[in-house]
Amino acid sequence: MNQFFERRYVIAGIFITIIFILIARLYYMQIVDDKYLLYANNNVIRTITKFADRGPILDRNGKILVGNELVYDISVIPKQVKPFDTMAFCKLIGMDKAEFDKRFLKAKIQSPNREIIFDKQLSPQLYASLQERLSEFQGFFVDPHPVRAYPDSVAAQFLGYIGEVQPKDIAKSGGYYRLGDYIGATGVEKAYEHILRGQKGVTNMMVDSRGVAKGSYANGAYDTIPIPGARLKSSLDIDIQKLGEKLMQNKVGSIVAIEPSTGEILCFVSSPTYDPNLMVGRNRGNNADSLNKDPYKPFFIRPIGAHYPPGSSFKPLSALIALQEGVITPQTTYYCPGYYISGNRRIKCLEKHGLVSLSSAVAGSCNGYFSMVFEKLMNVSGYKNISPTFTDWRTNVNKFGLGSKLGLDMPNEKGGNLPTALVYDKIYHKCGWRSSTIISLAIGQGEVEATPLQLANIECTIANHGFYYTPHLIKSVGTKNMIRPEDTVKKYVGIDAKYFEPVIDGMQAVVENGTAIRSKIPGIVMCGKTGTAQNPHGEDHSVFVAFAPRDTPRIAIAVVVENSGEGAHWAAPIASFIVEKYLKGSISKRETGITPEYFMEANRLPEINNYSHKPKGKPSPADSVKNIKKNTDQPKVKSVFHKNKKDTVKFLAVNKGK
Amino acid sequence: MNNQRSFFFNVDWLTVLIYLALCTIGLLNIHSAVYDVKHPDIIDLDTNYGKQFIYIIVAIVTGIVILLLESRILSALAPAIYGITVLLLMLVLVVGRNVGGNQAWISLGGGFRLQPSEFAKFATCLLLARYLSGTNVKVTELKSFLITAAIIGFPMLLIMLQPDMGSTLVFCSLIFVLYREGLSPYFLIIVGLFIFLFVIAILYNPLYVIAALAAFAAIIMWLFKRNKKLLITLLAGLVLSVAFIFSVKFIYNNVLQPHQKVRIDIILGITKDLRGKGYNLNQSKIAIGSGKLWGKGYLHGTQTKYSFVPEQSTDFIFCTVGEEWGFAGSVVLLGLYLFLILRLIMIAERQRSPFSRIYGYGVASVIFFHVMINIGMTIGLVPVIGIPLPFISYGGSSLLSFTILLFILIKLDSNRMGMIYA
Repeated sequence: MNQFFERRYVIAGIFITIIFILIARLYYMQIVDDKYLLYANNNVIRTITKFADRGPILDRNGKILVGNELVYDISVIPKQVKPFDTMAFCKLIGMDKAEFDKRFLKAKIQSPNREIIFDKQLSPQLYASLQERLSEFQGFFVDPHPVRAYPDSVAAQFLGYIGEVQPKDIAKSGGYYRLGDYIGATGVEKAYEHILRGQKGVTNMMVDSRGVAKGSYANGAYDTIPIPGARLKSSLDIDIQKLGEKLMQNKVGSIVAIEPSTGEILCFVSSPTYDPNLMVGRNRGNNADSLNKDPYKPFFIRPIGAHYPPGSSFKPLSALIALQEGVITPQTTYYCPGYYISGNRRIKCLEKHGLVSLSSAVAGSCNGYFSMVFEKLMNVSGYKNISPTFTDWRTNVNKFGLGSKLGLDMPNEKGGNLPTALVYDKIYHKCGWRSSTIISLAIGQGEVEATPLQLANIECTIANHGFYYTPHLIKSVGTKNMIRPEDTVKKYVGIDAKYFEPVIDGMQAVVENGTAIRSKIPGIVMCGKTGTAQNPHGEDHSVFVAFAPRDTPRIAIAVVVENSGEGAHWAAPIASFIVEKYLKGSISKRETGITPEYFMEANRLPEINNYSHKPKGKPSPADSVKNIKKNTDQPKVKSVFHKNKKDTVKFLAVNKGK
Repeated sequence: MNNQRSFFFNVDWLTVLIYLALCTIGLLNIHSAVYDVKHPDIIDLDTNYGKQFIYIIVAIVTGIVILLLESRILSALAPAIYGITVLLLMLVLVVGRNVGGNQAWISLGGGFRLQPSEFAKFATCLLLARYLSGTNVKVTELKSFLITAAIIGFPMLLIMLQPDMGSTLVFCSLIFVLYREGLSPYFLIIVGLFIFLFVIAILYNPLYVIAALAAFAAIIMWLFKRNKKLLITLLAGLVLSVAFIFSVKFIYNNVLQPHQKVRIDIILGITKDLRGKGYNLNQSKIAIGSGKLWGKGYLHGTQTKYSFVPEQSTDFIFCTVGEEWGFAGSVVLLGLYLFLILRLIMIAERQRSPFSRIYGYGVASVIFFHVMINIGMTIGLVPVIGIPLPFISYGGSSLLSFTILLFILIKLDSNRMGMIYA
């Protein structure tokens, strides 16, 4: 044997050691470390998202407000493109050659082997002509993809629009949304996003190192089929919605109509509006830009976002609370000398009403009567204890839904404004204010502000004799017509049913022979109240609230036309057309001669300067009056207009330094 | 040797069995690595696995032919084989085909080509065995050492000119043979130390490394201050190390080609270029790491089948093993290799003839070195050096040369009781 015989052990030892080092490393990589499997899957699995069809939204009668329409995306796999007639292709898809070359080069750089979006959202017409010749253009593919379509172009703000998700939505969704996905951005689309969006599906493909598809992963075991979004049946009536939008064109304001027996919103007009189809398709970006720049802010959802002093439309509510509190009875009378003295303030009345009762005070919108009632109410516990008394009153008003959100099933609802005693303590110091200080609240002026939705909801409550249902936009969900349980809960406002009749009598008189006489609907007993919302920036806002028919109310409505003065001039006629159309299906000829066409054509848009609240331009209320006079040959109407003065008093807080 | 029965008499069947097992594993994994639905059969000459099947047949036939030879002839022919190989290595530099930057192939026509560097391995082993087994030859003597170094160094130099760094380095493994034959253990220690210092010197500031080494040496010296011999050795080692560290920096900065530097940088984690230079290694690690314990199953590897891993049937064939057979399969394969190598050492040690023993150690060292570098490369332990995994990587030259390498030993072993003189 060789003298270095034992060295075999050294050599074998080295070999064994090194092999075991390799095994140890393999153990670490294959057993301990999980990242490699993850990387391998990331390499080979390409997840393709299959979008679900978004649920359609119907009107209350099943007509489609928004559905889906197919548009076509062209994609290209640059490597598969064979020489072809570029000019013909450009012509077919309506693109110029330079743009084509630019995009093709970009796609090539991005990846020659992968499908890359070349052009988006081709209309079905363009697609039809392209499809016939698609075989000539190898390497180009067309994929259909649904987008929102609005057959009647109505209810833009109600429906809202969808847009690409924002990073914060992605974060909130816990990974459901991916960059580039669409999500409801406003309106019902946003509020019911979870129902409308359905469930995305995924297909897992295997790709090789160049991105070429190699078949499905795990035979589709992890694939899911997209589930289309459920359909929503809205409470909207498309006919009166369309009429409302026409009546409100070239005006700033809102119409909200609610079915009192359910709380379902029948009409939801925010003016100026826009064609919702503008927010879809290839020009969406430009359209959205110009709409955003529009000084009249078409994206602003006025029925729930704008708030105004309710003006005289507040008077029925005032009366109801006073009746419930027992400070007046339906028989309480008051002699109106044409003004009311409160402290050292003199509040003008519309006219010298003479002796008025509750009903006739409502009918004639007597400021004096309601100032008297309010002062009585505020001083029941002595004029020094106004603070707790005021707080009680506030609580009662708040039960009608003023001063807080009603809880509409739509984002961005505002609660309006209903000041607390604390607010007055701050302005006038504690015990520094009296009933005369806040007397303007009696007639719906001053710090109280309500959204058109809240105004319409008050009418629901009056129509129902003391309760309302939370207003809602969606009647039922899905094909099984599921109804949200919270929509069927009666909300009582704490006024006994018996107190409503005298007030309603007054409201009926408003239309029969009061301020809104011009808007009387033949054959329908409508109960309403005109109002004029003070506007420190320009002409006052025209307000009208009503419900009809009196005995079995089917519709309650609030109309606000901004910068248009008297409620009787603009808001009331518009409301009457909506109510008639809803109840009768058509609009009959009016004795007064007013026609929907006149209101549709009238332009009441304020000057942009006034509207954007910059200079305090002096409005000329007389103009609107003159216009009406010119266009209506009704002596009866004239007599009403003659004594036309704002049934308002000055904003009291301004005068605190008297 | 005169009757038929004795041809396979004393053949070490266990080694042959391992050889066949490795060839089969190789064929299956090549099949999987380049699997193509259009050519599902394992024997299809249009595909690499079809060709590999032919190569295996040819290799087995060659193996049988070797077993039929006289053992004495192998020793006698060693200089001639060596000479022919060297000539081919020179020839390849002139007429060779350049593939991937290496001028390593001689075209044989019909799509086949010869890689002389593969054959240089067993040729060198043979000549080395013949020389060292001569009487009065001792590697510890300078003259013998120089001749030995020349036998190993000459083909190395020619291969380096191709330039094929991987095949060049394979010849370094023969140091184990020299060690077994009496070379001072310091050579092994120095080689180990140099590899260690090389890595350290590139990773860290040379000044710190030298300071650390000096401190370490000082502690040892203080502990063994009575042992004069050790002190001198340590001091010499320290001086040598310092010189080496400086030369490493110099070589790294001035001698190595950019792609070699990048490969070293990637292994040492200095650069991470996962899309460019580091792509291969990263994808290779992903393939192996994603295999987990049991692997993804035969033909179900995604990294290798969808060509994320480059060279998946040749140098990176182990990726397929790791991905489809998992840790279990990898351990089985490494176990087979370890078993084979230890078996070869055992075979070498049982030879009466020094020629056979030296040759046996040569075979074990070369195979071991290939396994270590190839697998180490795919899992990121050594820089990417293109050498095949013995018996498994796709390639006729490589399979044939390893078969010849191994079967010469089997033949010598079958005749182990006889004495072969140079």
